[in-house]
Amino acid sequence: MSLVTINGVSLVYHDPEGETRALHNVNLSVEPSEFVVIVGPSGCGKSSLLSIVAGLIKPSSGEVYVGGERVTGPSRRIGYMLQHDYLFEWRTILENALLGLEVRKEKTRESVAEVRELMRRYGLGGFENHYPRQLSGGMRQRAALIRTLAVRPDCLLLDEPFSALDYQTRLRVAEEVYGILKDENKTVIMVTHDIAEAVALADRIVVMTPRPGTIASEHRIRFECAKRTPLTTRRLPEFSGYFNAVWRDLDSFEGEVQAVGGGEL
Amino acid sequence: MSYKSSDIDMRYAQQHSPEHVQYMRRNRRMRTVVVVLRVSILIGIFVLWEVAARLGWIDAFIASQPSRAWAAAVNLARRGELLMHLGYTVGETVAGFVLGTLIGIVVAVLLWWSPFLSKVLEPYVVVLNSIPKVALGPIFIVWMGTNVDAIVAMAIAVSVIVTVMMVYTGFTEVDPNKVKLLRTFGASKLQVLQKVVIPSSVPVMISALKVNVGLSLVGTIVGEFLVSKAGLGFLIVYGGQVFNMSLVMSSVILLSGVSVVLYYLVSRLEESVVKWRE
Ligand SMILES: Nc1ncnc2c1ncn2[C@@H]1O[C@H](COP(=O)(O)OP(=O)(O)O)[C@@H](O)[C@H]1O
Ligand SMILES: [Mg+2]
Repeated sequence: MSLVTINGVSLVYHDPEGETRALHNVNLSVEPSEFVVIVGPSGCGKSSLLSIVAGLIKPSSGEVYVGGERVTGPSRRIGYMLQHDYLFEWRTILENALLGLEVRKEKTRESVAEVRELMRRYGLGGFENHYPRQLSGGMRQRAALIRTLAVRPDCLLLDEPFSALDYQTRLRVAEEVYGILKDENKTVIMVTHDIAEAVALADRIVVMTPRPGTIASEHRIRFECAKRTPLTTRRLPEFSGYFNAVWRDLDSFEGEVQAVGGGEL
Repeated sequence: MSYKSSDIDMRYAQQHSPEHVQYMRRNRRMRTVVVVLRVSILIGIFVLWEVAARLGWIDAFIASQPSRAWAAAVNLARRGELLMHLGYTVGETVAGFVLGTLIGIVVAVLLWWSPFLSKVLEPYVVVLNSIPKVALGPIFIVWMGTNVDAIVAMAIAVSVIVTVMMVYTGFTEVDPNKVKLLRTFGASKLQVLQKVVIPSSVPVMISALKVNVGLSLVGTIVGEFLVSKAGLGFLIVYGGQVFNMSLVMSSVILLSGVSVVLYYLVSRLEESVVKWRE
């Protein structure tokens, strides 16, 4: 049975300037342990879709189920990682990692020990009492990931998690984060605008249309190799085939986007 | 930072290029010159004032002179009144800016809590901010009597609205993504306030406190002018009425000292509270 089910979700934003149709009839199912990557033109509603799955905003119509339960508010089975790490500069790394547990009033001796163990396992041992500004971009992103993992979600939503990093760091952090997520056997829905990154990480790529976003196509990504990591896949012969297929789908919208309203981009 | 000992100079020279050592030396000399000039200006003013009074360039009866101002202060101190007056002014000012800041923060929290309330009250806040608060002095005296309460009320009135505006603006400028992050964990509004909004506004609150030191001092002095019982403000008004300009001048100088010391203390507080920013 699928872990996340998105059923006919549409979303309209209302503000004084008028209304924006952000999403239209989105349907998607994600299996346990699957890594789904969503790509689409900017402004097509990818972030909005993740916010709906996370229970932060309510869809105008349609519904979302996580583990069979209807999402009506922030769910404890979902972890959300934003584009920047948003570590709180007044908290130490450990205190940052404990934020979710504090909010949920689940900060106990055992849960703190678990978070310390996560930090040690993923290369942040010894940095518990450092402040965010003392860490490199990659370490900060890992700290943000541990903050998300600390509350033990089944499914992680990642919204362009690497786009704030420079290219070198980005490749390395993607490698690390992928390793951690596989290690912890998490289900992932990730948004990116980097096609190569999508192919390198995904089990399945979902391409969305321009606003109002709906699902245009899906690509199942399979590599013939023993132990898959983002960097090794980039060197495999199948890589460019997948890349081109996704790129063609996205490129087919180019004319439309300009015709619809280039002024808003 | 100063490198006085030649020992440090030596080590420094070993680690840096001659140009850099030259640059640092020039830099240091510059800073010394600035400090020396600052002090000389202050001394110069007092010397000139004293000399001008002694040589009869100015009328010491209306302009006073440093030696007489000093004598007036010593005289007060001998009668044990100096500390009493200082104590009143400092106490009223501290009470004013601490309470003004706290009340301001509480109101800012209420406005943040209810965007509707803040929308409704917006014009009132703007108008209250533009009223010269010292004009309210007589009202406080009628309501609360000619005593310390009225003076503290005055000091609060001068600082509270500015605090509300500064802190509320700080609250609204908190990164919405940090709030979103907390909401993904299912945080309540109270938790958002406790865990993000207040901690990220600490620098703004300290700035408000800093501004309020000066404002509350204004409120306190005006209050003491009106109530006329004790404090530096009272000494200034009293001295003016009996044409004792030495008393007025020594009180004004003491007042400057008080404001410098209070401002310095709040700056120190800022350094210690905001240590994670360094
Ligand atoms: N809170 C909001 N109010 C009104 N319009 C919004 C809001 N959030 C996003 N939008 C609009 O909805 C559309 C989709 O936004 P978003 O989900 O952020 O797209 P993406 O993440 O794919 O770039 C955009 O046109 C954006 O301007
Ligand atoms: Mg987005």
